[in-house]
Amino acid sequence: MNNLKTKMISWTIPSCAVLAALIIGAIMLSALGANPIKGFGTMFASAFGNLDGLASTAVKSIPLLLVGIGICIAFRASVINIGGEGQMVMGALLATIMALAFPGLPAIIFIPLVLLVGLIGGAAWGAIPGALKAYFNVSEILSTIMLNIVAVQFMNFMLRGPLIDPGEIERGTRIPQTARLPEATDLPLLLEGARMHLGFLIAVLAAVAAWILLWRTSLGFRLRSVGLNPAAARYAGIPVKRSIIMALAISGAMAGLAGAILVFGSESHRMVTDGSSTGFTGSAGFNGIVVALFAGLHPLWSIPSALLFGGMLVGANALQRAVQVPSALIIALNGLIVVFVVSSEYFKRRVQTVQTDPKVQKTVSDSDKNQESDNLKD
Amino acid sequence: MSDLINTTIIIATVASGIRLATPFLLASLGESIGQRSGVLNLGVDGVMLLGAFAAYYTVLKTGNLFLGIMIGLILGALIGLFYAFITVNLQAQQGVSGIGIYLFGLGMSDLLFQKLVGTPRPIMPFRILHIPLLSDIPIIGEMFFDHSLIVYVAFLLVPLLSLIINRTTYGMNIRAIGENPEAADSLGVSVGGIRYSALIIGNMLAGLAGAALAIELGIFQHNLTNAMGFIAIALVYFGAWRPLGVMAGSLVFGVVAAIVLQCKTLGLIPRSASDLAAMAPAIITILALVVVANRFRQPTALTKPYVRGG
Repeated sequence: MNNLKTKMISWTIPSCAVLAALIIGAIMLSALGANPIKGFGTMFASAFGNLDGLASTAVKSIPLLLVGIGICIAFRASVINIGGEGQMVMGALLATIMALAFPGLPAIIFIPLVLLVGLIGGAAWGAIPGALKAYFNVSEILSTIMLNIVAVQFMNFMLRGPLIDPGEIERGTRIPQTARLPEATDLPLLLEGARMHLGFLIAVLAAVAAWILLWRTSLGFRLRSVGLNPAAARYAGIPVKRSIIMALAISGAMAGLAGAILVFGSESHRMVTDGSSTGFTGSAGFNGIVVALFAGLHPLWSIPSALLFGGMLVGANALQRAVQVPSALIIALNGLIVVFVVSSEYFKRRVQTVQTDPKVQKTVSDSDKNQESDNLKD
Repeated sequence: MSDLINTTIIIATVASGIRLATPFLLASLGESIGQRSGVLNLGVDGVMLLGAFAAYYTVLKTGNLFLGIMIGLILGALIGLFYAFITVNLQAQQGVSGIGIYLFGLGMSDLLFQKLVGTPRPIMPFRILHIPLLSDIPIIGEMFFDHSLIVYVAFLLVPLLSLIINRTTYGMNIRAIGENPEAADSLGVSVGGIRYSALIIGNMLAGLAGAALAIELGIFQHNLTNAMGFIAIALVYFGAWRPLGVMAGSLVFGVVAAIVLQCKTLGLIPRSASDLAAMAPAIITILALVVVANRFRQPTALTKPYVRGG
C-alpha cells in the first residue's frame, strides 16, 4: 500500500512539473496570438494522429532514446554526462569514415559494422572525460562541454576538408557534406510506406539491454553502488575509478550509436554540417537528458518518454505551419521541463523524508517493513 | 615599409583580441561570483542569448544603447532570481538545471527573434571612446585606449571585484559560504541571502555580456553566442576562481581568436585549418583543468545545496 503510494508520488510529481511547463507553453502560445488548444491539438494530431506522423515521431525519438539510455546509466553512477552532443558527432564521424572507406561490402555485414564503429567512436569520446575524472580529478561536467566544442570543430574540419563530397569541389559550391554514402549502409525501412527504419528497433533493444545491464549484471550493480555511495563502494572492493570510466564510456557509446543512426537513417544519406553541433544532432545530446529525467532515469520508461518528446519535435514543425509559431518554442519548453523536473525532485525528497523520519517510523506497521525489504531488491 | 604594416597588424590584432575578450570576461566574472558562493550555473550561454536579444531588440526599437544595456542587465537579474530560487530553495541539481536554463534561453531568444524581428536588421553599434591623453600614446594607446565604453567597464570590473571579494565583509561572506556554509550559518551569515545576491549579480553580468556582444556586432541571429557561455564557465576554472586569473584567461582566448581571424583574412591559413585552430582553446582549457584541479581547490561547497542540519 505504502509502496504503491510512493510509486504514485514519484510519478505524479514529475508529471506535474511537465504539466506546469506545458501550461507556460500555452500562455506563451496565446501571447504569440495563437489559440493554445488548437496549437497543442495540431501538435498532437500531427505527431500521433496518423501512420506518417507516428513514423516521424518514432524516427525523431531514436537519438533521444539512445542518448537518454546513456544518461540513465551515467546519472545512476553519479556521472553527469553533458557531452552527448560531442559523442554523437564523433560516433557519426567515425562511422561515416568507415562507410566511405569500404564501399562494396554487403548490407548484412556493412550495417552492423558501421553502427558498431559509431558506438566505439562515442565510447572512446566518452572514456576521455571518464579517465580525466578518475585519474586527474577533472569535473566531467566541464570536460564533456569542452569535448563537445572540440568534436564540432573537428566535424567542421573533416566535412569541409578531407571528407567533402568531390562533387561539391567540382561545382564550386563547397557545401560541407560528404558524398552519398554506399547504399548498402542505408538502414532498411521497417514498415511498408512509412519512413520508420531499423534504427527504432535498435534503440528499443538497447533500452532493454540497458535495463538488464543495470539490474541484472554485476557491472550494473557496481555502477549503481558507486552512484549511491562511492566511499562505501570503495570499501566493498568495487573499483570506483574503473566504474566511472565505464559509466561514461557506455553513456558515450549510446550517443555514438545515435549519431551513426542519424547519418545512415537520414533522408539524404550523407553527413552534413551547418557549423554547429545542433545543426547535426538537433540538440538530441541535451534533449536526451530531458527524456531520461522524465523517465526517472529508467531505461524502459525512457521509451515512452522519448516517443513523447520525439512527438513534440514533430508537432513543433506542424505548429509552425498551422499557427505560425516558430518551432524554437519547443526548445524553450524542453528547457523549462528540465528545470521543473529537476526542481520537483525537492518535493519528492520531502515526501520520502516524511516517510523515513524516525518519529514517523515508530508508527510503521509490519506490512510496511516487508515492503521495505521489497524496495531493497528493486 | 613591411615593418610598418606588421606593427599595424599587430596593433589591430591585439585591439580586436581585447574587444573579443570582453563578453567572455563579463560572463566569466559573473560565473565566478556564483561559484565562489557555491553555486554552479551552466545556463550562462542561455542567459547571454536572452540578454543579447533583449538588448538588440531594445536598441532596434528605441535606438538607445544605454537602455539596451539596462534591459540586458535587468533580464539577467530576473533569471538570476529564478535560478537562485530553484537552486537555493528547491535545492535542484545544479549541473542539469543549468542545461535547462540554457535550452530555455536558446529556444526563447530564437522564438522571440523570429516572431518580433524576422529578418536580421543591423543596429547601431557602440561608439569608440578615445581616452584623452592615454589614447595618444603611440601603439599602446591604439591597443588599449581606443575601445567602446563597455570594454573599459568590463576591465575595470576586474580590480573592483577583486577588491570586493578579498577585502569586504560581503566578499568574505561569499567565500565563507562557498567553502563552509555550516560554519558561516552558525555565525549568523545568511547562506541563502548571500547566494541569491551572488547569483543575481552573476547573471546580470551574463546578461550584460550578451548585450555587449549583440551591440558590438550590431546584429542578432539564431544561437548568436555559439557556446561562448560554456567557454566562459571553463574560463572560471582556467582562472582558478580569481578575477585576475579570469581576465588572463579571457585575454588569451580573445587574442588567440583574433590571431586566427587575422590569419584567415590575410589568407595565411585555409578555411579548414581554421576549424582545427578553433579546437585549440577548448583543448587548452581541458589541459588547464587538469592543472587547476590538482593545484587549486574549487570552492568546497560548489554544486552542493545547503540544507541546515542536513
